[in-house]
Amino acid sequence: MIRLSNINKTFRVAKRKSGFGNAVKALFSREYEKIRALQDVSFTINDGEMVGYIGPNGAGKSTTIKIMCGILTPDSGECDINGSNPWKQRLRHVRDIGVVFGQRSQLWWDVPVIDSFDLIRDIYKIDENLYRRNLDEMIALLDLSEILKTPTRSLSLGQRMRCEIAASLLHSPKILFLDEPTIGLDAVSKIAVRGFIKKINAEHKTTVILTTHDMQDIEALTERILLIGKGRILLDGSLTELLKRSSANKILVVDYNGNVPSLNEHMSLVEQKDGQISVTFDPVELSVSNAIAHISAQVEVLDVSVSGISAEQMVAALYEEYRI
Amino acid sequence: MALFRIRFSAGLQYRAAAIAGISTQFAWGFMEILAFMAFYRSNPAAFPMEFSHLVSYIWVQQAFLALIMPWGVGGKVVETIVNGNISYELARPMSLYNRWFFETIADRVSRFILRCAPILIVALVVPEPFRMTLPPSLPQLGMFAAAILLTLCVVTAFCILDYISVFYTMSRFSGTIFVITADFFAGGYIPLPFFPEPLRKVVELSPFGAMQNLPLRIYSGDIAGMHAVRGIALQIFWLAVMVIIGKMLMKYSLKRVVAQGG
Repeated sequence: MIRLSNINKTFRVAKRKSGFGNAVKALFSREYEKIRALQDVSFTINDGEMVGYIGPNGAGKSTTIKIMCGILTPDSGECDINGSNPWKQRLRHVRDIGVVFGQRSQLWWDVPVIDSFDLIRDIYKIDENLYRRNLDEMIALLDLSEILKTPTRSLSLGQRMRCEIAASLLHSPKILFLDEPTIGLDAVSKIAVRGFIKKINAEHKTTVILTTHDMQDIEALTERILLIGKGRILLDGSLTELLKRSSANKILVVDYNGNVPSLNEHMSLVEQKDGQISVTFDPVELSVSNAIAHISAQVEVLDVSVSGISAEQMVAALYEEYRI
Repeated sequence: MALFRIRFSAGLQYRAAAIAGISTQFAWGFMEILAFMAFYRSNPAAFPMEFSHLVSYIWVQQAFLALIMPWGVGGKVVETIVNGNISYELARPMSLYNRWFFETIADRVSRFILRCAPILIVALVVPEPFRMTLPPSLPQLGMFAAAILLTLCVVTAFCILDYISVFYTMSRFSGTIFVITADFFAGGYIPLPFFPEPLRKVVELSPFGAMQNLPLRIYSGDIAGMHAVRGIALQIFWLAVMVIIGKMLMKYSLKRVVAQGG
């Protein structure tokens, strides 16, 4: 169980204007700007939940994660994770958590991956049987057998990320923090990573907290999302609810032969390309069949697809709505 | 221990770097001896050390350089602070101080093992007056071993203070002047007996005097008997002081640490 209440964190950032003169001036007197990275952040996450933590760059996602991992000490506020306070009882707390920072590496750069794993086993003092069992499971699920003997520096990003995730789970943590785990991965690796996270959550009841900019991660993995912007939690709810709430509009994409079709008063244009048009409309005002009929009356229709709004568009709309 | 092993195997990979390092150290060792020889010829009476002691001092210094130098280690540690990878290290159930301490020692030992043998062998076979002599007695050798191990720990504890300063400066080179000064006062360039009198006394009691100065002079017999024992006690004292200060500073710094980026 994770409980955060009224967490605040302010960073002090040295500022100076560009140019050499100002650089010299800054040697003598610095101006600092206070950035309120987190303001009264509170939430509760239950055991076994899988939560997507989203927000634009600089919203405070990573800061929250770092506080929950015991890396940063907040200015004020309470935090209780499975009975410990992350920054006051850091050593005890981190034994139960696994962390992956997508933009960093926890593997030793110039030795084979398996050596890094063995090192982690020794740091966490993992029981040998448990270690073997976990390692075998990771090797099977993440397809690591080929790459374990390769030095980390020779791995591709996708291979490395699979190893990073495996490394964070070797000690069977109760909570897994993933900070942008799919950043920069190709489609195949992304799907592999998502599948794996899902499996771990389902089989081991590991609580997963995931930050990402990839809405497909969120769609594929999490039922609950937390939206943060400018250091405040703006929204906490289920993805399906949000999708329903944010818009019921449909999107119709038509491939056609002929002149550009005209739209009626209920439709609005999303995109117009050579031989393809996308329009959006509210199905209450205009039924789907009527919309298709309206267009097919004007042009020869080659292909049609109708969809609801995507998670990506919904989030963009949310960012817009909250002006973050 | 595990950290030790992995650091060690990583360090052993760099054979080319070791060979380059060894050649530099030979060149440096010979040059230093030649320079001192010129002084010695002009006036042996004004020379505060026996020449053979000095030659041993220089060769042992070169052979054990990786264990006793206050500079050139910890690049990886500092990098984690500057680029923010320290996040991962803090997310492990391990004291960061201990981790840095053992990592630095492992780094030093792995470099030492690759480099010491060739230098010692050559130093023992080159013609007089360049030849290194063996320690005068077995107990003297034993004291040398104890002193060099303690130097390793003292220098490493000192390096960690330098690492901690990076939390505030965020620059890899901020501590360089500090570290070079330490090297100078530890006898890294000129042995301490060559220092002018009042300064020498102060430096010998300072933490710098508890670094390479002591084992190198014990080796040749320049410091012996009770003086050597007192020196070793001083090393233990400074080691304890620096570890305590280091741990306290670390605790304080980690509360304010800002992991960079991401």
